[in-house]
Amino acid sequence: MSYSAAQPLTPWRWLGVPMLQCLAVTLLLALPFRVLGLRLPEPVLPLMVTFAWAVIRPSILAPLAVLFLGLFLDILWGAPLGLWAVTLLTAYGVVLASRNMMAGQSQPMMWAWYATVCVVAVAAAYLFSMLDAHRMPNLISVFWQLLATIVLYPFAHRLIDRFEDADVRFR
Amino acid sequence: MSLRDNQFGDLKVPLTWTAAVALFVAAIVAIALLLSDRRETFQAEAYGVSRQVSDTVIAPVADVLSTPGQWIGMGVKSVGDYFFAVSENRRLKAELKEAQQWRDLAIALRDTNERYKTILGLKTDPPVPMATARVVTESRGPFANTRLANAGSERGIRDGNPVMSENGIVGRVIGVTKGASRILLLTDIASRVPVMVDRTNARAILAGDGGPNPKLDYLRGRDPVREGDRILTSGDGGLMPRGLPVGVAVKGLDGEWRVVLASDAAPIDFVRILLFQDFSQIVNTAELNRMQPPPPSPGLAQTVAPTGAAAAAQPAGTGAPPTAKPDTAAPPTIAPAKPAPAAPPGPGTP
Repeated sequence: MSYSAAQPLTPWRWLGVPMLQCLAVTLLLALPFRVLGLRLPEPVLPLMVTFAWAVIRPSILAPLAVLFLGLFLDILWGAPLGLWAVTLLTAYGVVLASRNMMAGQSQPMMWAWYATVCVVAVAAAYLFSMLDAHRMPNLISVFWQLLATIVLYPFAHRLIDRFEDADVRFR
Repeated sequence: MSLRDNQFGDLKVPLTWTAAVALFVAAIVAIALLLSDRRETFQAEAYGVSRQVSDTVIAPVADVLSTPGQWIGMGVKSVGDYFFAVSENRRLKAELKEAQQWRDLAIALRDTNERYKTILGLKTDPPVPMATARVVTESRGPFANTRLANAGSERGIRDGNPVMSENGIVGRVIGVTKGASRILLLTDIASRVPVMVDRTNARAILAGDGGPNPKLDYLRGRDPVREGDRILTSGDGGLMPRGLPVGVAVKGLDGEWRVVLASDAAPIDFVRILLFQDFSQIVNTAELNRMQPPPPSPGLAQTVAPTGAAAAAQPAGTGAPPTAKPDTAAPPTIAPAKPAPAAPPGPGTP
């Protein structure tokens, strides 16, 4: 299957497929499985695709896909309904507003941008949880989740590399 | 007519703006959902149909997916059992020796206890029925600590039921549907459980914060807890039965008293859901609060009637002899034989 430069990029390829992959891996990581007494990490995988989608191009469908992913996370993890949806949309908004500064940056620089966006998103989630539960979430747990999410940037970069220039109309 | 032929055909909106509008709409939906959510309440309807439907779908899928992991875990455990059989045997023998002493003590105490109960005519709690379930998904992040178990309303599980592993209490049920129930763990940021210190009987509220060791809040009294004290559920408020093992008290790095949960000692794959209902949950409060107006006492008519007649004959404040004409006389101000109805019970009426 060849993707010639003239082929228009359908939303299914750059939004649908990564979304389904993200849902599947998130579900697998939510299984109660311990390796040598240690539990599986719990990265926020949808943050990865949220970042990549906003960098690749602005789109009407992407925020709706982000909303869907957020609600899926809330339901799967049993968080207050809307917590991750608001958090992911915050991240999408931040990237959308600053994507001009990200254009053409090298991978390490984009990694730093991604880390910054992750910190902003998790800080938003922290704030919303604090308002909801009237209690401060444990900072050490927040740190581990943040770390597990940030180290996964290469997958987001692969998505960006694959689709940033995939449609000639956006050159 | 195609879109291009339309009068707005040449209108071009920047892509970023259209994305921003979509983002704005999605954000409003998400914020509305977040503001209307009440996942930790005891009201069954607060859990929501969307969550119930999703749990019904996720539970069997995750059940199938988690089965290979469970097999691998069992395989690794059996290999470990094989290699560590000798040391395990020594440890178990020592434990058995100690347990035998406890058994003798327990028999003696049970005998004493039964005598006391007989003397006092004490009504003790009936045994609590249980339902066993397997955990199929879990969330471990700082913002949500819940598990999904593969047993639901068909087994008699209800909202608020306490959940235990073989080592201690794990949490409580916050949402039930057919075939699945959602368990809010003690470590979740929304979890609050009344507990007590076994040694001093001091009460506290165990409050989760998303970390592995929940805090002991609202501790009162002088030196109510020491390092290593056993923490049990207090049963206050009818949330859980009294005396379920919770864990051991430790001083956290932040200077707060925290609890190392007993249920953390082993992986939680199977759980027991206690089908517990406290008296305060069973009782029909509406029935108790419904107050009937008291019946009219038979003697009241006789005792009040003459006074009423006298008042009618003698207007108040004049002190004059009853010379007034019958048509100008003040009517009696009270209806003696008809008592005023009782005030309707308000929400605060016991």
